[in-house]
Amino acid sequence: MHELLPLFHIWVYLQTQPLLWLTVTLCVWELARALDIRARHHALSNPTVMAITIMAGLLLLTRTSYQTYFSGAEYIQFLLGPATVALAVPMYANWPVIRRNFLAITVSLTAGSMVAAGSAMLILHLLHAPRMVIVSLGPKSVTTPIAMGISQDLGGNPSLTAVFVMITAMFGILIYPFVFSAGRITDWRARGLAAGVAMHGLGTARMLTIDETAGAFAGLAIGLNGVITSLFLPVMIALFGI
Amino acid sequence: MIRALAILLLCQLAGTVLQQGFGLPMPGPVLGFVLLVVVFLYTGGPGPALRDTAQGLLRHMGLLFVPAGAGVVGELTVLKQNAVALLIAIPVSTVLGLLVTGMLMQWFMRREGGADA
Repeated sequence: MHELLPLFHIWVYLQTQPLLWLTVTLCVWELARALDIRARHHALSNPTVMAITIMAGLLLLTRTSYQTYFSGAEYIQFLLGPATVALAVPMYANWPVIRRNFLAITVSLTAGSMVAAGSAMLILHLLHAPRMVIVSLGPKSVTTPIAMGISQDLGGNPSLTAVFVMITAMFGILIYPFVFSAGRITDWRARGLAAGVAMHGLGTARMLTIDETAGAFAGLAIGLNGVITSLFLPVMIALFGI
Repeated sequence: MIRALAILLLCQLAGTVLQQGFGLPMPGPVLGFVLLVVVFLYTGGPGPALRDTAQGLLRHMGLLFVPAGAGVVGELTVLKQNAVALLIAIPVSTVLGLLVTGMLMQWFMRREGGADA
């Protein structure tokens, strides 16, 4: 132990700096991408899911608090803002298609979003989950920054919501190919829109790597779903008597 | 690249100012995204530098969700306490959401008889 003391001091010092966990997050991401390439982008392989699993494992193993980790990782999370704005580029590229289908998009998206949020909250309610958990789960299909804001407004726990958003998206990423074939959903516009509604940015990231039109529809769904969910969720919660 | 980043952040800033000023339910970055689409519609689209930066950011969007996702380590107790309910609610609602949106949208697209874009 005595000869390890200097190492311990370095470790303690690094905990106070953003450098360590910022670097670790980027390295874990590169590792996860390498694994995804090794797996030849298999449907069940996703770099984000793998990176989160490895990262969470590292934090538990080193007994690092999320607060300490986030002091470094927040620089990465900050880029979600400009990345959301950047969605305007694929959206503009597909503007003629989107404008032509505006009614279809709005109706499909609102219906899907309401069914997803409503069924999730009803199941939790019937199984006697506490109100805080139900409200935190409501906005789970909305992109993280929007979901956290909605959750806070309705009396949920924003960081729990962030976790639900992630779990939903990860689950969605794993099963969407099977759902699309089961529902015979072959149209790339329908696929993109559904992926954007069910798994927000993670779905969009995946769609962008497969088909640009699907990516544009997914990106559009993120923004619209955020707006629509923030409008109907308070009403839905009141109606359910939660 | 820096100018492109400045444009993206300016839109986000403008969106955030609008949101705070008018108490809108939409977060700043989403309003910034809407603003930039409107700007593109008037100016005829992004220049090559902005397009490259935007596509670069979007290609690595998966990385940007890692910090929030790692937050799972702080919520393990609540997750364990409600594990059964969540293990039913999340899969069922996600599948339903995908199916309803995808099938409705495809039905609309077929009805219009438009070819795949």
